[in-house]
Amino acid sequence: MSGLFHLLLALLCAPLLLGVVNRTKALFAGRAGAPLLQPYFDLLKLLQKGAVYSRTTSWVFRAGPLVSLASTAAALTLLPLGGLPALLAFPGDLVLFAGLLGLGRFFTMAAALDTGSAFEGMGASREAWYSVLAEPALLLALAAMAKRSGQLSLSGLYAGLSLETLLAPGGPALLLAAAALALVFLAENSRIPFDDPNTHLELTMVHEVMALDHGGPDLAFIQYGAALKFWALGTLLTGILLPLREASPSLDALAGLCGLLLLAVAVGVVESVIARLRLTKVSDLLASATALAVLALMLARRAP
Amino acid sequence: MALLLLALLLILLGGTLALLLGRDEKLASWAGAGGAVLGALVGLVPALETLAGGPGTTLRLPWSLPLGGFVIGLDPLSAFFLVVILGLCALAAVYGTGYLRGHGRAGSAWFFFDALMASMALAVVARDAVLFLIAWELMTLSSYFLVVRDDEDESARQAGWTYLIAAHLGTAALLLFFGLLSRQAGSTSFDAFGPLDARLSGLAFLLSLAGFGVKAGFIPLHVWLPEAHPAAPSHVSAVMSGVMIKTGIYGLLRAWIFLGPPPAWWGWTLLGVGAVSGILGVLFALAQHDLKRLLAYHSVENIGIIALGLGVGLLGSAHGLPLVALLGFGGALLHVLNHALFKGLLFLGAGAVLNAAGTRDMEHLGGLLKRMPWTGACFLIASAAICGLPPLNGFVSEFLIFLGAFLAASHGAPWGPVAIGALALIGGLALACFTKAFGVVFLGEPRGERAAKAQEAPWSMRAPMVVLAGLCVLVGLGGALALDWVSPALSQVSGLRLEDFLPALEEALGPLQLITISACFFFLALAGLIALRSSLLAGRERGESGTWDCGYAAPSARMQYTASSFAQPLTELFAPFLCARERSAGPEGLFPERATFATETPDAFRERLYRPAFEGALKAAWKLRWLQHGRIQLYVLYIALTLMALLLWRLG
Repeated sequence: MSGLFHLLLALLCAPLLLGVVNRTKALFAGRAGAPLLQPYFDLLKLLQKGAVYSRTTSWVFRAGPLVSLASTAAALTLLPLGGLPALLAFPGDLVLFAGLLGLGRFFTMAAALDTGSAFEGMGASREAWYSVLAEPALLLALAAMAKRSGQLSLSGLYAGLSLETLLAPGGPALLLAAAALALVFLAENSRIPFDDPNTHLELTMVHEVMALDHGGPDLAFIQYGAALKFWALGTLLTGILLPLREASPSLDALAGLCGLLLLAVAVGVVESVIARLRLTKVSDLLASATALAVLALMLARRAP
Repeated sequence: MALLLLALLLILLGGTLALLLGRDEKLASWAGAGGAVLGALVGLVPALETLAGGPGTTLRLPWSLPLGGFVIGLDPLSAFFLVVILGLCALAAVYGTGYLRGHGRAGSAWFFFDALMASMALAVVARDAVLFLIAWELMTLSSYFLVVRDDEDESARQAGWTYLIAAHLGTAALLLFFGLLSRQAGSTSFDAFGPLDARLSGLAFLLSLAGFGVKAGFIPLHVWLPEAHPAAPSHVSAVMSGVMIKTGIYGLLRAWIFLGPPPAWWGWTLLGVGAVSGILGVLFALAQHDLKRLLAYHSVENIGIIALGLGVGLLGSAHGLPLVALLGFGGALLHVLNHALFKGLLFLGAGAVLNAAGTRDMEHLGGLLKRMPWTGACFLIASAAICGLPPLNGFVSEFLIFLGAFLAASHGAPWGPVAIGALALIGGLALACFTKAFGVVFLGEPRGERAAKAQEAPWSMRAPMVVLAGLCVLVGLGGALALDWVSPALSQVSGLRLEDFLPALEEALGPLQLITISACFFFLALAGLIALRSSLLAGRERGESGTWDCGYAAPSARMQYTASSFAQPLTELFAPFLCARERSAGPEGLFPERATFATETPDAFRERLYRPAFEGALKAAWKLRWLQHGRIQLYVLYIALTLMALLLWRLG
């Protein structure tokens, strides 16, 4: 039941997080910024439009946004929020979670290649490159948490966490895993320092360029899917860093939501104060995420 | 058992008839494919029965073989491999009737195809070392003749030679392996083989790994594979990649049953071999732009995944973790089935592309999905499956291995994370490689004239692909059923006691059932979104235009991203492991006319290990040339001296 509640919360509130990120960046830049609910207005506007498809494309291009949104939504059913267990929890669901995100990525890249545009091909190529390096970091960080908790489901991994566990002997391992997950979070959501969601130059885009030819409802699905992915990977991170546990499920959900809003503010701050990495340096940063995850595993092995 | 013999005879009869009717292409392919399909149908009956829990049987025929006897038997392990072999071969045979049309020399092609099929089936049911080796050798020879079918092509002849030499080096190791076992047992019958003492057992393990590893294509014994598989006709490539290399896995599993409980270092060895084969296999694949060569390297990768599963299984049973052992072996066995399904399908798809567009070079293909919708859709399903994406079959087997590794990691075993890291990296690279393969071949605009005029394959070729694609989806959705189906073979391989095995199986089946539910969520969401979009777009304007290219007015198909450019960031990142060569001639002068750029990535092990080694051997052999000078008197002297030396040794 509480899993269903979390799912609805995610489906409703995910775009809000993007609004918070943009508002934070605006404040840093000294602008008033768009309303917090601007992502919702954008989605509504897009859903009311028609569609234009390139003559080069086939049904794969039309399927891309649908499959990636559906797979992200299915991945959300596996995620716990704070102390709330997920709708579906079973040993190894973390592998399914990674697999569903991979399915979405596969179709996004295929849809990009379907346009025959060199820019979109470039975006797909870079997305593939990032994900090759992010995947081991994500799974190894989760393995470190599995060692710590002795559980194999995402809900199990996050169930026993509290502020005390961060200070206990296993704490440093958790923090290292969180650091690895933070890098994966930024890379997978195409955030600075990996990618710049606000860039206007096709040559430098990664994720945005793959959506160049989509419009109308398809673009709405892509943007909504991106918001859901932000939420999904964000809960993995805030679940460790802000393990607030209250007695009642509704308070837990509220705490989880607050954690995610804080994360959105943090992303906004990061995007305002540091510059994007040179493309060739990205692999170094992602490799160091994997290194952090391995280190977390080693520490988790030593902890009782 | 009689049915099994009948099946073998039917297959061989079909092949012989095809050879005799070779003049008439149509009759020959009817005979060859008919024999294969009928034989497969007859042979599947006892195999499925045994796998469903029927009693294991053996049949001893009073035919004397030199040194051994003609003994065949069916137990769950043999039955499982038999089902995979017969099933894929029958589908490939149906496909072959369409594929070989107009290629000439149908008789010999069908004869060797049927011989390959029968020898693979015989190899997995043989219960005598000599019979097994005969079947093994027949398998090598019949596939050799299929590889060099294009014997006017220099590269096919080279590929054939490489294959023949590699296969025989492997067989040499197997001869020693069976020699060790039969010397202890005093018989060549599989029933008599038993555990050896610890040191010999280790040696036997290494020999089996080398001997069967050549056939399976473990790195660095894989060098023949990317040469031989692309050279063969595509339905034979499907059989070679889909099932022939799995006979190597069968051999390993059978060998471990003889050798008894495994020590931990076997597991570590398999884990290392699997990680190296998996990661390097997919890396080499990523750098290729010949479609069939790319697929062949992916077979190395998938064999690596199977070896990772076996490694996790061996380590699990060595450390007394029954669930880990079951998950590792279960994932490996299911991956044998799944790889046969999706790799068979991919090679059949590549064959349809080759027939339609006349080239395997991805840089000249593109946009085929519109011209070949069936082939394209099937290739898409297989591509997603080979990347291990839910809700398809590749995910199910990789999930089991992952789960075993995670379980080991949560127990604090250091090998768990090794397997997790390797599998995650392989998964990411495979995703990159297959978005490239599918995207460049089937999406976008055609990059060559023939690709622009390609036509869909005939139904005889399409039907087997559709069946395989359907099976990929079915196994993906019914993962629990599939694992339950192989469980008799799994129980035999894992070496667990029944009271450990059954609860562990229950525990492994649970998550697979929930994966099915999650897949239902996914399909529900997808159906909802499809309905939502079509209701939103109903009655609204739907325009068509050119692709957005930043305002550039005259885009051409040559401006698209190519296979090489797509893979470039990753090949550059992993350049130390690859042997990539670039040849380029830049534009020159004030009014440049031509500029060329070509990349080529030959096998790193072939270039850096085998070529120097064989050249060194040749050089050393040249130094002994003076012994062989053509004077007969001196040759007689050599003989006399040798005889004398032998006499002295015996008498003295």
